Amino acid sequence: MENANLKLHYNVDKKDFINAGEASSSVKKVLRKLGVNPECIRNLAIAMYEAEINMVIHANGGTIDVDISPECIHVVLSDSGPGIPDIQRAMQEGYSTAGDNVRELGFGAGMGLPNIKKYSDDLKITSEIGVGTTVEIKVNIPS
Amino acid sequence: MKISVVKEILNAEVICGEELLDEEVFSACGCDLMSDVLAFVKNQGLLLTGLNNPQVVRTAFMMDMKAIVFVRGKNPDDEVIQLAKLKDVIILKTDERLYSACGKLYSAGLI
Ligand SMILES: Nc1ncnc2c1ncn2[C@@H]1O[C@H](COP(=O)(O)OP(=O)(O)OP(=O)(O)O)[C@@H](O)[C@H]1O
Ligand SMILES: [Mg+2]
Repeated sequence: MENANLKLHYNVDKKDFINAGEASSSVKKVLRKLGVNPECIRNLAIAMYEAEINMVIHANGGTIDVDISPECIHVVLSDSGPGIPDIQRAMQEGYSTAGDNVRELGFGAGMGLPNIKKYSDDLKITSEIGVGTTVEIKVNIPS
Repeated sequence: MKISVVKEILNAEVICGEELLDEEVFSACGCDLMSDVLAFVKNQGLLLTGLNNPQVVRTAFMMDMKAIVFVRGKNPDDEVIQLAKLKDVIILKTDERLYSACGKLYSAGLI
């Protein structure tokens, strides 16, 4: 960790609800091994997990790139799903387009995106209808 | 409160994590909606739920929760148990309903 950043890459399978969240689990384990501050780890883990679940339930899976430096953890989740028509609206607590099938699995309360915002130091969402969505999350590591 | 005491109060069966029952929790959360657990839980170490899928374990792991109690006599699926073992999450199972299980633990001092 002295000089180079640690970079991790994951593929998230489409519609694989059983395994959704494994990338976030793996990053959490890596951060623990690196001895990163536990609160930072938890904040990042929650934010990344919400975004990873969204990729599976709202899009068709995609890729995740994680870049860990001594100062921060930077995660980029890209999918080629349907896109988000109105990001501002999607950011509102309680707004969800999830169906009953998703609710039966324990998700779909419309709390994910606001929660990512709450737990990250920086959140950027870019989306194009029919092309896909990119969610960028940054959590700072206090020195 | 030690997890072993939770087990006694709920007359629960230990599905995995027997060796971790000395761990302590101070507060708990009863919920079937993981979205809400992720959004509202702060430092609750124990999750009581009727939902039976691997995301329950992942949610607990992300939130640094120590144990999950499956209520209403639900037997967790095998993949749920395997995942919990990998992540050192304790799993208990009780015949109590969510409401009564939470009530009993609350009365015993778990907030
Ligand atoms: N990657 C994505 N691709 C397409 N749409 C998305 C994506 N992520 C979020 N959305 C849209 O934004 C809405 C709000 O997302 P958010 O994560 O806040 O709630 P949710 O996933 O519906 O429920 P919860 O996160 O509480 O389980 C979703 O219902 C969906 O319409
Ligand atoms: Mg979501």
